[in-house]
Amino acid sequence: MELLRFTTAGSVDDGKSTLIGRLLYDSKSIFEDQMEAVKAASERLGNEEVNLALLTDGLRAEREQGITIDVAYRYFATPKRKFIIADTPGHIEYTRNMVTGASTADAAIILVDARNGIIEQTKRHSYVASLLRLDYVILAVNKMDLVDFSEEVFNNIKTEYTAIAEKLNLKNVIYIPISARDGDNVVNASDKTPWYEGQPLLSLLESLPVKESIERLKARFPVQYVIRPQSDEFHDYRAYAGRLASGRVKVGDKVTILSSYTESTIKAIDEADKSLEEAYAPQSVAIRLSDNVDVSRGDMIVKSDELPRVDANISLLVCWLNHRPLSIGAKYIIRHTTDEVFGFIKDVYYKVNINELENVIGDKLVKMNDIAHIKIKTSKPLKHDLYAENRVTGSLVIIDEATFETVGAGMIVDSLEEQTYVI
Amino acid sequence: MSDRLTHLKELESESIYVLREVAAQFEKPALLFSGGKDSIVMAHLAYKAFYPASIPFPFVHIDTGHNFEETITYRDDLVKKLGVKLIVGSVQESIDAGRVVEETGYNASRNKLQTVTLLDTLEKYKFDAALGGARRDEEKARAKERFFSHRDEFGQWDPKNQRPELWNIFNGKKQLGEHFRIFPLSNWTEMDVWQYILQEDIELPSLYYTHEREVFERDGTWLAYYPFMQLKPSEQVIRKRIRCRTIGDITCTGVTISEANTLEDIIGEIASSRVTERGGRSDDKRSEAAMEDRKKAGYF
Repeated sequence: MELLRFTTAGSVDDGKSTLIGRLLYDSKSIFEDQMEAVKAASERLGNEEVNLALLTDGLRAEREQGITIDVAYRYFATPKRKFIIADTPGHIEYTRNMVTGASTADAAIILVDARNGIIEQTKRHSYVASLLRLDYVILAVNKMDLVDFSEEVFNNIKTEYTAIAEKLNLKNVIYIPISARDGDNVVNASDKTPWYEGQPLLSLLESLPVKESIERLKARFPVQYVIRPQSDEFHDYRAYAGRLASGRVKVGDKVTILSSYTESTIKAIDEADKSLEEAYAPQSVAIRLSDNVDVSRGDMIVKSDELPRVDANISLLVCWLNHRPLSIGAKYIIRHTTDEVFGFIKDVYYKVNINELENVIGDKLVKMNDIAHIKIKTSKPLKHDLYAENRVTGSLVIIDEATFETVGAGMIVDSLEEQTYVI
Repeated sequence: MSDRLTHLKELESESIYVLREVAAQFEKPALLFSGGKDSIVMAHLAYKAFYPASIPFPFVHIDTGHNFEETITYRDDLVKKLGVKLIVGSVQESIDAGRVVEETGYNASRNKLQTVTLLDTLEKYKFDAALGGARRDEEKARAKERFFSHRDEFGQWDPKNQRPELWNIFNGKKQLGEHFRIFPLSNWTEMDVWQYILQEDIELPSLYYTHEREVFERDGTWLAYYPFMQLKPSEQVIRKRIRCRTIGDITCTGVTISEANTLEDIIGEIASSRVTERGGRSDDKRSEAAMEDRKKAGYF
């Protein structure tokens, strides 16, 4: 059975929690004791119907205020697939949560209220899906029951969104008319939308081709930890443990260790007490090399004919996550794969107005939830790829040197001098 | 050529990655071992993550003094087999030292008292990271947890102000006196855990399989009877064939009437179950936000 990770986004009353409640309920992932707890809570809060949103809003403050504050993770499985939902709140101030939820997702479900059509928040959610390079966007047009399941309403929304998708370079967009409250086209095909020829949502999720296989990308093995048992039996054992970020490696491959550019050959690939002939992403393994070379955490093992970029001048699209704004000229800690370096913020090229989908040049004050194109200089070169090519070696986080909070999420892009990242 | 790992393989790989990050990022981590299936799976993953070296951190067991003896036997055998150091934090000692006051009455439980013993133990040994087997699917407050969950110097969790956790980049940086709780099994479900135990052929305490035991019914839940428990006049102790679906402190672990004798039986039973595994845990039922409140105070 395979795993599909998806994120859900919608604005406050688009029915996102109801949809998730419906998926969990109809796939029998909600148990009687959970249902009883939700019924009791609904009554206590004065809701007339059972409020499925209470299944997902876990914190006291969320239940009191009727809003979702933080990303919540939900799990359900069908006989075909196991799913992880990163359920992200739709409020304006929570762009950082959407970015967080999308960072580990393969697909996004973006909800639109059929009565309101595309709104500012839809654009924002779509921008985030595009920024984080999700393979699929499912535009779920919800509350179709409130527009009499009108094909015309659905088609108008679809036409309007197609233009946005094109602008944002979203390649795979799938449109579904649903009613989360009544279950139309969620698990079962609805008889109220005979004009809709696609699959219901759940079948679609079960059959989405899972991400453009990371196994076909160039091999990248960031070294996490060196395994050196201090025992007689394994006296000379020395292996480099890590999780293959992309691609595949096999015994006998000629490899280069970065940053030292030392060359060697893969002697063995160990998975605990088993030795493998080859490994592929995202497997966690331990690699042994034929030569006694200096390798430590933060190094990267790659195939000698597939070297990544190695550079200390990095351009990023950054989503700022902290209430203290980005400070140009300041020093931050940069975490990139298993590597940790210092970095100076050199400049802010432009900010992105994600409501209008426009670049704003000249405004250099990057605040929480802002997205900006910036340039940094790191204390040591980063062994990286562009985010568009590799989501693991192309991403990094920025950490405040004083508070140690994670303040920025960066996606590596080409520098402005070479190419402008246009939206 | 398989394009994708199975979901169990992918979860295993993710957890091993987290365990290795902990060994690399922290000076003095510890694995919180309860003797329950989740911490047993975590111990198995730790074994795999560092093989052939031994697990580079000790196990910590917070012993309420009300543990099933099968759990203690299993624990002692396992640490011996793995060659890891075991540190036991004793709730009884916390009570004797006046750090906590024992609850009284019918629903008396040492579950909540464990928090103080846990924090005292972490403090005493200066652990800067504590690995726990909690899963996000278990409980609604846990669905909001990070893999690397920051705790302030009072051991508290601040759910409204958590560090964003993106991709698989974990930030374990902290100020002096603060620590992290780390949850390598965050993305596992109860079913994943059981399927993995079957796949890896992991030995479990006998409590998870059907056996005969003295039990009594309270508020619709079957509890194992021990002489220190206070019975209400209406409650009758009888012998039944049961098994544990989760294992915690005796006072708050509901047992299941079951004949399941093999892992396959157990998986079948869980697949058709209509209540969650924590449905029998009276510690969660004390209020709607019982778990959130305990977690904020520093609970597992």
